[in-house]
Amino acid sequence: MGQVSATNILSPASLRRTTLWREIRRNWVAYVYISPFFILFGIFGAFPILYSFILSFQQWNGISPAQWVGFDNYFRLFQDRLFWLAMWNTVFIGVIAHIPILGGAMVLAFIINSAAVRFKHFYRSAYFLPVVTSPVAVSLIFSTLYGVRFGLINWTLVTLGLPPIDWWGGNGEWIKPAIIILFIWRWLGWNMIIYLAGLQGINPELYEVAAIDGANLRQIFFHITLPLLQPIILFTLVLSTVGAMTIFDEPYLLVGATGGTNNAGLTIAMYLYDRGFRFAHLGYASAMAYVVSAVIVFVSVLNIRFFGRSRTEA
Amino acid sequence: MTPSEITRLINTAHRNAKRKRRAKRWGRLAREIVFNGILLLGAFLSAFPFYWMFILATQNTNQIFSWPPQFTPGESLVTNYQTMLSIIPFWRNFANSLFVGITHTALALLFCSMGGYAFAMYRFPGRDWLFALLLATMMVPWIAGIVPWFILISKWLQWINRYEALIIPGAASAFGIFWMRQYVQESIPSELLDAARIDGCPEFLIFFRIVAPLLMPAFAALGIMIFINNWNAFLGPLLVMQDKSMYTLPVALALLRQDPRRGFDAGVLMLGTAMATLPMLIVFLAATRRFMAGLTLGALKG
Repeated sequence: MGQVSATNILSPASLRRTTLWREIRRNWVAYVYISPFFILFGIFGAFPILYSFILSFQQWNGISPAQWVGFDNYFRLFQDRLFWLAMWNTVFIGVIAHIPILGGAMVLAFIINSAAVRFKHFYRSAYFLPVVTSPVAVSLIFSTLYGVRFGLINWTLVTLGLPPIDWWGGNGEWIKPAIIILFIWRWLGWNMIIYLAGLQGINPELYEVAAIDGANLRQIFFHITLPLLQPIILFTLVLSTVGAMTIFDEPYLLVGATGGTNNAGLTIAMYLYDRGFRFAHLGYASAMAYVVSAVIVFVSVLNIRFFGRSRTEA
Repeated sequence: MTPSEITRLINTAHRNAKRKRRAKRWGRLAREIVFNGILLLGAFLSAFPFYWMFILATQNTNQIFSWPPQFTPGESLVTNYQTMLSIIPFWRNFANSLFVGITHTALALLFCSMGGYAFAMYRFPGRDWLFALLLATMMVPWIAGIVPWFILISKWLQWINRYEALIIPGAASAFGIFWMRQYVQESIPSELLDAARIDGCPEFLIFFRIVAPLLMPAFAALGIMIFINNWNAFLGPLLVMQDKSMYTLPVALALLRQDPRRGFDAGVLMLGTAMATLPMLIVFLAATRRFMAGLTLGALKG
């Protein structure tokens, strides 16, 4: 009889609840240890992101009371010539720069990993130097290299009998190439190191078997190396998307807050900074932030769906 | 087939094999030359701008504008240094960067290792769900909340021109926790924790007494990454630090470029850049192996 009353008190649901509660209390240390992240992310990450959403439906300069304007900010944004220009600039710079960055990084990693190369450690360090340097320092160094009348690049061109480049003038047509060259220089090494780490994780026996079967270097690269590196390529693609869409430091320092001649170097992050922090159009800037973030998440999901599929299983 | 025919066949086969082997050796040598040539050129292009930065830092405007350019150091290092100090309080900015970098890194290492350890070693209700949430936060671009972030820092917390704004917000990074979890999972056996419990070590102190000392290599690797990132950060300090004496180095350098009183003085600018970059170059070159190992641990499991 005692047993029956016990099951009455500890019905399956309440039993589960008590054991759950006991488990939580038993592991209180773990919750304390992970709490700093969730507290700090709540305050400095989640809250701003949610508040940004509300703000994107308001008009506010930070001082006078905020006004609810509905979708007005979004409508204005989609009619804003500078917004579309900045979007185009950002995507153009990102896409054009990342073809040589990712392709070159892959080829260099493959070369360094091959048996024909000595001093691997030296090369890794050399290619990684630009990555540990601040974007500000890199941009300043390049702004001297790009100097129109004294820059080393123009000196080299003239010495080779070519016309010098007016990097910042004209119609601003050389501004984007200037940013792209800088971007390639800075990020190639980082991607190369990641790919190299992936290559070193590939079982060397696979190469030996392929070589015995008579595969040449090109076949080995396309049929063994690339498919096995797919998850790592995906990783670099997702990070590159975020990096390229939020590029700010380099163009801001090279051509200034408005993007130089004809706004040719105005990126979306710079335009957001300009509207949000120079002109205090806080609602407008928030709407822009949401549109950009939506694009980033969309492209990342596309990347994951397209490159995340395992070709070796299919 | 006569015996002489057979020997002839064998001889030609030998000769062909020899020729093939020689061709192969030449092919391999050619490949080695091409590969190393490409790599050397790339290494040169990677390193040369740094050399150029140090050269320009010692030249005055006349030398910099001279044609052809001078590839050897000039004599204006001291003048450039004095000019720079008249525009920005360089050593104060340096100290700001150093202080913010060290405190931020120390705090981040504490939070990240605690979080990584808890996710790796405890099976608590909601763990997988919370970890998935943590990973998901890595996908959110910083740009999404930047406007309210600034309102929060400036209006509500009143952190304008205060170090807290650069030290605290990013102190518990999702990437760092993820990274530490990988490390703890691979290097700390759970029997160690059981042994500590049997010996009567309070649960809360197991991490600090037993585990943390074993994580020293991880602290070094992740710490270098966090420190360099913090040292190089630009937009955050640009928004938050509005007083020259509170600038970190990147913001001070940007001012050095935009100083309205003078024209563009590449020598002074490059001296400041060189002095701000040199410590990071030294840190990196001294700990390359650690740094690479740390970076790839995060990437490969990602």
